Amino acid sequence: MWRDAVLVAGKDLRIEARSRVALWQILPFAALSLVLFAFALGPGPRVLRQAAPGLFWLAVLFSTVLATQRSFAIESGEGTRDGLRLSGIDPAGVFMGKAAAVAVQLALLQVVLYAGMILLFGVHVRVVWLAVVASLLATVGLAAAGVIYGALSAGLRVRETLLPLLVLPVVAPVLLAGSRAWAAAITGPVSAGLPWLRILGAFAVVYVVLGVVLYGPLQEAA
Amino acid sequence: MAPAVHLRTAVALAGRFPALAGVDLSVDPGDVVVLVGPNGAGKTSLLRVCAGLLAVTSGQAEVLGCDLRTDRAAVRRRVGLLGHADPLYDELTAAENVRFAVRSAGLPADTVDGALDRLGLVGRLRRTPAGRLSAGQRRRVALAALVARRPALWLLDEPHAGLDAGARDLLAALVAETAAAGAAVVLSSHEPHLAVPMADRVVVMSGGRVGEERPGGRAPALRAVPRGDAHVA
Repeated sequence: MWRDAVLVAGKDLRIEARSRVALWQILPFAALSLVLFAFALGPGPRVLRQAAPGLFWLAVLFSTVLATQRSFAIESGEGTRDGLRLSGIDPAGVFMGKAAAVAVQLALLQVVLYAGMILLFGVHVRVVWLAVVASLLATVGLAAAGVIYGALSAGLRVRETLLPLLVLPVVAPVLLAGSRAWAAAITGPVSAGLPWLRILGAFAVVYVVLGVVLYGPLQEAA
Repeated sequence: MAPAVHLRTAVALAGRFPALAGVDLSVDPGDVVVLVGPNGAGKTSLLRVCAGLLAVTSGQAEVLGCDLRTDRAAVRRRVGLLGHADPLYDELTAAENVRFAVRSAGLPADTVDGALDRLGLVGRLRRTPAGRLSAGQRRRVALAALVARRPALWLLDEPHAGLDAGARDLLAALVAETAAAGAAVVLSSHEPHLAVPMADRVVVMSGGRVGEERPGGRAPALRAVPRGDAHVA
């Protein structure tokens, strides 16, 4: 499974690096979301600083939907979809590889969004390890959940509109826990963030296990 | 030796509609079988059933010794399908596409260069993203992936589509070599003048069923004793 996962992740990331969809569409969309939310809240720096973690994770969530859609668009043609099914790659390896590729893109996106937060809102993370661990766990959970629901909607004509409806409610716990953990990393205390890390960790584990088990049947159904 | 394809009254559904309505077909290793028939006759469905992509709902169905109703994953690993749509990623180069196909089958990538050479994909063509290749060149890349993977059963759906005269000759030679190496080949065609000379048998399909069978035009001298060096995973 791990060899297959590396192969699929390498293929997806290479395709992304060449098509630059993430760079020219997903990243600007996320940055724009951050700016527009800030406009909606007004110019008060105190309000912006308080809302910054929530805005950050909302932008990440919306970007997860786009990154997932793009991940499945790579195999939207009948030829590539059949090719992957006939390739001999373990479906669990396909899941892990696709989730890893989405996770790498989301992690890079978060670095850029954090830089945007510093510039726009003047927000700085004080407890770096807490923010990093929260981001890592949230990224794994978001990528895993996104790929599961991406596979579920992949064979449907309405997949573009259906995917956000499926994914966004399911990843609401990540929005809540990620925002609270980041708020603790920005303003403290650290102890306020720890319970949210446990929620993020549980979410990630549940969706990775679900993906490994369910991806094969989902791939067949698509 | 077990047949490469063994179907008895095999029924398959495409959605709610019957795609195959009780097909009987047996193909031995080293055989080249051409499927002909009008649109909707069931040729593509039969190839997809043999590839393990379309489920058999009743009847007996074995491919390469594996039961299609219980072990489709094992079948998929050992067959090669060239469908209407080629399995290429537009952003990857011709060589990268073939390498991915080979490595995903768990095979070493040392067959890639030879396969690309065999299909005439040399020099700049190898480094060209598949999205910039012509339809015929993409078909050659997809065939190169099959050559490099060396499956034990080749399933070719309208393989002549988009190929120029030189590539069609090359395809005929490849099919003959593949059969001589011990792999079975089943191909569908709307161009009998091109496909029938390659065949040991011609199977006429209609309404999801196999009708009459006729001898093909493959010269007896080409039907060499299978060497058995097709890849068996």
